[in-house]
Amino acid sequence: MSIKINRYKCGYCGACVGVCPSGALELVETWVEANDCCTSCGLCAKICPVGAIEVNK
Amino acid sequence: MKEMYDLIVVGGGPGGAIAAKNAAELGLDVLLIEKRQEIGDPVRCAEGVSKICLSDHIEPDPRWICADLTGSRIYSPDGTMVEMSEEMSGGEVGYVLERKVFDRALVDQCARAGAEVRVKTRATGLIMEKGVVCGIYAMYLGEEYEIRSKIVIGADGMESKVGRWAGIDTSLKPTDMETCVQYLVTNIDIDPQFCDFYLGNEIAPAGYLWVFPKGENMANIGVGILGSKSGDHRAIDYLDKFMRDVYPEGRIIEMVYGGVPVSGPIEKTVSDGLILVGDAARQSDPITGGGIINAMEAGKIAAEVAADAIKKGDYTTDTLNEYETLWRSTIGKEIEYSLVVKETFIKFTDKDLNHLAQSLSNVNFYSLSLKDLLYALFKANKKLLWDLRGLFRDVVNNNFEFKYKKNQFD
Repeated sequence: MSIKINRYKCGYCGACVGVCPSGALELVETWVEANDCCTSCGLCAKICPVGAIEVNK
Repeated sequence: MKEMYDLIVVGGGPGGAIAAKNAAELGLDVLLIEKRQEIGDPVRCAEGVSKICLSDHIEPDPRWICADLTGSRIYSPDGTMVEMSEEMSGGEVGYVLERKVFDRALVDQCARAGAEVRVKTRATGLIMEKGVVCGIYAMYLGEEYEIRSKIVIGADGMESKVGRWAGIDTSLKPTDMETCVQYLVTNIDIDPQFCDFYLGNEIAPAGYLWVFPKGENMANIGVGILGSKSGDHRAIDYLDKFMRDVYPEGRIIEMVYGGVPVSGPIEKTVSDGLILVGDAARQSDPITGGGIINAMEAGKIAAEVAADAIKKGDYTTDTLNEYETLWRSTIGKEIEYSLVVKETFIKFTDKDLNHLAQSLSNVNFYSLSLKDLLYALFKANKKLLWDLRGLFRDVVNNNFEFKYKKNQFD
């Protein structure tokens, strides 16, 4: 798993959670948590409206 | 928090609150949980809502209405403006809400109806026995709880987990979601009674940019672009460009980010012991992104079906399928129509959009109904709108009433 979420940029909207095909992400109040199910598919990085997520495939 | 309820509602947005309120009024023992500390905050919405059906659920109150709109204007990429006035839409346009106050008023109603409400309480999983949902695992102030119920309603929004835990695939592809950024902007000159929509691939690819007034000199200005179009340029980049070009004197006093499902109806929204409502069930309108009214309608239906099921003592999919039937035959039908329009719309070039807007330049809107407007648009652009011929036929033949959706645009 190589997902990096810039929590200073993130607006905790949860768009990344909605597109995550493996259910690896979760929005908890004002931060997003990623678990080991992440496959580094990169959809979360693509959908983020402000570019707060970086995924190294 | 008790160990057992008739019904647990996960999520304190409009869908969850209306479900909990109606269920409590029907005599059920209800728990509503909201993972955030505050109901309605942070906002993730453009806050516009049609007046139609709103008062079925809550009496309009000046405390949560920021603007009472008399019409809307749509701008095509070359600046051609199409104005839709209140007269045209039968005196029913919309309000711009203060969601922080509105959502709280809804949850207040549900608490007064007898539901137990817990904020800062997050569902972390479903209690399942032989494939049947019988409650939730929850975390409240860092402590874990096991809470049982006869039925669970998942109203946990766009980032819904409840459906997935029960084996319902609610994950969205980037083509199924509008990715949005909005600023609350002050110090700007706007018409406080009109909402503006800007279309075009340079402005908002496969989406739109909105300016919704929130009183004098203040507006929600936001943009939504289709997720598949996001990458090098993101929603925030499009919005910043618009702000520089159109409202350079504007001052941003709030930032809102969000994702809006535009997938249209998902395959199923119930399973044994479980019902999904609102954004969790992908019930927002694929064209406008509006979801508040649909969520509230669905929440009410879900509560009634749940109450019947509990009376019968049968919480299986067979019984809860009544919810599927009811929402798909009302709001679901409209969502399906909107999906057809959206699929056509996202293929339009800027030239096509200009052509559509220009074809309406000689039409007197004040004398037209929405039905006539759609027909005029189709007549002038038959080739462009050929894919929508079935929809126009239904509209003209009065087979399809815009009962819920009319100008809904939150």
